[in-house]
Amino acid sequence: MQRRKFNIIPVLFLLPSIALLLVFVYIPLIQNFYNSFFDFSVFSQTKTFVGFENFKNLLADKAVSVGILNNVKYAIISVILQVGFALVLAYILEDKLFHRVAPFLRVVYFMPVMISISVVALLFGFVYNPQMGLLNSFLELIGLENLKEVWLGNPETAIYSVIAMSQWHSIGFVTLLFIVAIQKIPKELYEAADIDGAGKIRKFFSITVPQVREAIFVNTLITITGSMLVFNEPYILTNGGPGFSSTVLSVHMYQTGFVKDNMGYASTLAIIIFILTAVLALIQIKLSRTGKDD
Amino acid sequence: MEQVIKPSVEQVIKPSRKLRKFSIGQFLTMLILAAFAIAILYPLLWMVISSMKSYNEIFNDVWGLPSTWIVENYATAWSKGISGYFMNSLLVTSVTIIAVLIIGSMAAFVLSRYKTRWIDIALIFTIGGMMMNPQVALIPLFNILTNLDLINTHWALILTYIAYRLPLTILLLRGYFLSIPKELEESAIIDGCTEFGIYRRIYLPMSVPILLTTIVLTAFFAWNEFLFATVFIDSETLKTIPSGLMNFRDALRTDWGVLLAGMVLASLPMIALLIFLQKYLVQGLSEGSVKG
Repeated sequence: MQRRKFNIIPVLFLLPSIALLLVFVYIPLIQNFYNSFFDFSVFSQTKTFVGFENFKNLLADKAVSVGILNNVKYAIISVILQVGFALVLAYILEDKLFHRVAPFLRVVYFMPVMISISVVALLFGFVYNPQMGLLNSFLELIGLENLKEVWLGNPETAIYSVIAMSQWHSIGFVTLLFIVAIQKIPKELYEAADIDGAGKIRKFFSITVPQVREAIFVNTLITITGSMLVFNEPYILTNGGPGFSSTVLSVHMYQTGFVKDNMGYASTLAIIIFILTAVLALIQIKLSRTGKDD
Repeated sequence: MEQVIKPSVEQVIKPSRKLRKFSIGQFLTMLILAAFAIAILYPLLWMVISSMKSYNEIFNDVWGLPSTWIVENYATAWSKGISGYFMNSLLVTSVTIIAVLIIGSMAAFVLSRYKTRWIDIALIFTIGGMMMNPQVALIPLFNILTNLDLINTHWALILTYIAYRLPLTILLLRGYFLSIPKELEESAIIDGCTEFGIYRRIYLPMSVPILLTTIVLTAFFAWNEFLFATVFIDSETLKTIPSGLMNFRDALRTDWGVLLAGMVLASLPMIALLIFLQKYLVQGLSEGSVKG
């Protein structure tokens, strides 16, 4: 009796997960590698084998290098603001001096996280609007008319405007994660530092940073992965434009596949995204399993 | 700049110290905190206020309050499409949540309780799914769903959402399940409890906080997912909120008040859910060290 149960329950319980992952996660991955050697369109069943032609095209495709560069810009700025600035912000909010305003500010900073990115992107369409936009109106209000800009229409500023919106949306959430991590630091460490006469900046670098280093590492990884995958923000705000100045890999892939109907080449672009993110995810999986396994 | 602060015992006890000790550094910090808070609050406030303005008022007087508060914008937004998107999102999100909870917890139960070579392989297989991203699978998934005749149905979203939420869910739940004391189940087995009974009567009731975290994360993902919702659903009547809003924007053109009202309506359920379950979300996230 006991033996029979031990054999059947694990299989029954695991089956749905394994089946779903196989059909919708792993098979698509393999199929994507296969597709990247072919030339085909959405509704045609005929695929023409082209070998490494799609991969060769990557090198000649300007939008790829611009896209990757934009992904990297996204990652660098996001790490500085969502890891660096958010950590400082969390440290300040946990400081006794600000304990009266901290609960209120925590809620305020967290608010954008509650709003869907598609709503946020539509809202920032109004913020960046060149005629009536909040940003330009504000610059006019404080007498900086000369800084007014067609934020999303200028190839120089488009990608940075998109990145800025992402920061607005996400800083509060990462700050909250850091607050949780800082609250776990034993109070004695800070008390000992007080006795030694350490200042706040010194305490930040000597106690807070080393104590939350695991959270810093995880948040950095997740932020970089997110930056490599980003789609919604540039797609909704600029659709990669003007030209392809604000495109990123996933927007370029979407347009190649579903707008230009060049599925084989789009699959090749997907492989680039996969390679860029899989390594980061692997590190993250390894990390989150330590300590949980016996 | 703040090196001077060395609170003695006396200073820590005295609550009035902050008045005396307000240095320039603190003042500047406070200023930055306030500026950041305004930068976040103002656009949101603007969205709510402007949702009750007319197009002319939004365009010509960005900062002003509406001369008449056009509350009807909300009724218009609701009847012009938001209600349909809203119901579709509600359906897709609820089915996804329920399925992810049941399927994910069953897998996590087995993966935390058994130890064989096959279980190890299954563990790597399920959690390894985290390496895959929806973007990468987009084109093959489109083909697979077309072949299964599921494209342009809610199932296209529900099934893929479940599949892509399972790895993280299983990772979080398994971590939590491992911390459940073995003695409990041993005594349950002695009392004649079956495996299924241990899962349903011990593991599930003891894991409410992490199950709630899973609900929030899954709800948030399914409610906001944009890429699949845009590519897999073509019919206007089947669209969920994120992709529907884009149609809504294009259809309304300059009816900005109504668009903004629709955006506010689209945001309400997640705000309510997050306020309601915020405590568990933070708790679960800090235990799993994962960001949705």
